[in-house]
Amino acid sequence: MSKIKCAIIGPGNIGTDLLYKLRRSKVLEPVWMVGVDPSSEGLARAREYGLKTTDQGVDGLVPHVKADGVQIAFDATSAYVHKDNSDKLNALGVMMIDLTPAAIGPYCVPPINLKEHAGKREMNVNMVTCGGQATIPMVYAVSRVQKVKYAEIIATVSSKSVGPGTRKNIDEFTRTTAGAVARVGGADQGKAIIVINPAEPPMIMRDTIHCLTVDEPKQKEIEQSVRDMVAEVQKYVPGYRLVNGPVFDGHRVTSFMQVEGLGDFLPKYAGNLDIMTASATRTAEMFAEEILAGRLSLDAVAA
Amino acid sequence: MNLKGIKIKVHDMSLRDGMHPKRHQITIEQMKTIAKGLDEAGVPLIEVTHGDGLGGASVNYGFPAASDEEYLRAVIPLLHQAKVSALLLPGIGTVDHLKMAADCGVTTIRVATHCTEADVSEQHISLGRKMGLDTVGFLMMAHMIEPAQLVEQAKLMESYGANCIYATDSAGYMLPDDVTARTGALRDALKPETEIGFHGHHNLSMGVANSIAAVAAGARRIDCACGGMGAGAGNTPMEVFVAVCNRMGIETGVDVFKVSDVAEDLVTPIMDFPVRIDRNSLTLGYAGVYSSFLLFAKRAEAKYGVPAREILLELGRQKMVGGQEDMIEDTAITMARERGLLKTASAA
Repeated sequence: MSKIKCAIIGPGNIGTDLLYKLRRSKVLEPVWMVGVDPSSEGLARAREYGLKTTDQGVDGLVPHVKADGVQIAFDATSAYVHKDNSDKLNALGVMMIDLTPAAIGPYCVPPINLKEHAGKREMNVNMVTCGGQATIPMVYAVSRVQKVKYAEIIATVSSKSVGPGTRKNIDEFTRTTAGAVARVGGADQGKAIIVINPAEPPMIMRDTIHCLTVDEPKQKEIEQSVRDMVAEVQKYVPGYRLVNGPVFDGHRVTSFMQVEGLGDFLPKYAGNLDIMTASATRTAEMFAEEILAGRLSLDAVAA
Repeated sequence: MNLKGIKIKVHDMSLRDGMHPKRHQITIEQMKTIAKGLDEAGVPLIEVTHGDGLGGASVNYGFPAASDEEYLRAVIPLLHQAKVSALLLPGIGTVDHLKMAADCGVTTIRVATHCTEADVSEQHISLGRKMGLDTVGFLMMAHMIEPAQLVEQAKLMESYGANCIYATDSAGYMLPDDVTARTGALRDALKPETEIGFHGHHNLSMGVANSIAAVAAGARRIDCACGGMGAGAGNTPMEVFVAVCNRMGIETGVDVFKVSDVAEDLVTPIMDFPVRIDRNSLTLGYAGVYSSFLLFAKRAEAKYGVPAREILLELGRQKMVGGQEDMIEDTAITMARERGLLKTASAA
């Protein structure tokens, strides 16, 4: 079976972990790794796996897109350069999956709205944040049963798994996640809190999701919906686990999650990073399946 | 110890840290009355926000009786000499909250991070400084790391623009030597114009002794709470600390009798329970656990039947940091299930 060819922009930890996941995919084939530093370990590693590489950024990839048949690109760089990267590749008909907080395209949380995005032929989708991927499915699990007036998530991540970019602009995490908790999760209002814990050995990512329902919670239905949703997420993040709950306390419904990564390139405790690369891979696979089945063709977009 | 003639600034916490034992339910009227009393007693700086800082209103930490903005706008115009500060924890509050607080008229912004995570404060500290605010870096749970590491983190905050750095004993765990080592190391390593501060909790009854140790080591800002109203067994009691300073010749500018009247007539009467050392708050100090966890652990005890003390000890063992209040119920459920106290706790 033929595969859809992909490029990864950003050969850091996230980009390299993505590479490992894409190499296992039945429908995706990573062919290019794009960086800006000739001495990058990530570029060297990608070359070992047989990928073509450039240290000239997206401009180094652009001349090869057509000849090498690249149809999907992942951006694991930073919000500052994402729009530029996306415009250049969209113009060549390459669909962009955005792992930065730039969010110029619609938010994508696979078990909730991936099908809808594929149906709309979106050329740029954004993977929200790690905290968003880990919690929004559980907000949706409640909001698809009954109206949620307020949802709040607390993501606790190990100090070692939080990179300098996130640290420099932690407000971006709080704002973006809160917005997506409401919009994609289906709550009238959203709030997000992030806590960084430096314990050694590093703690595995934990996430708590509080929903306040308008009416009395329908306990049985919510319990079933939560179980179903956990199973959906486990399809692409096997280490996604409901530790406790859902707890019902008046109109409050709370689920306590743990997210353990696959340990591909990133350590297992960094479930927060793994769920981003796993969600991005899942998203690309859905688009790839549509392309391979002839239901979707990607057209060039004027920037 | 001769500290005669040293001038320090005391910073009142009863309307911010004191929000914890009040479950953030201090009314605007109570805030106004107490703040006016503190102002008249000569307290130079008063903190007013949700107990968990700007933006703390949440299921996780508790919804307050009024918003940060409502409290600030009610209190600030009433004060003659006292200034008002706001606390901000990156990850909870954002620069939008900071701008709101500045617009309300706060003169001081205190940006708090766990003691090892100072680099998440860059955007907030640099903005505070750019806006001309008195900008404080507040390193919480400072007992968890060695003085040299604390210095590294403090230097980051100083480099972002903080003009004052705190060693914060959030767990009330430190003994005077621990305070001397940390505040002394900060004093030695930071720029001479950078002020050093100390924030204590009274969980081991060390609030006053620790604060004096901090002054002796070079700290010139000391957090106290009138009536001791703060998380855990409370903060360093303002009236006691001021009295001790008077005896030692340390100048605070605060009237000891007036401030003890505020404590007795205004603060103590609004407490929902005596803020004091009991077996649970003692455990915070003994095991090094974040003081604000106290009431959450007591609620979890009531709901799940696991003693609060044991929950707190477990949180300490798991090295939980400030802000992880959600893990208290989670830990209590897990402990209750292991003890056969829960039959229906569903976990997939």
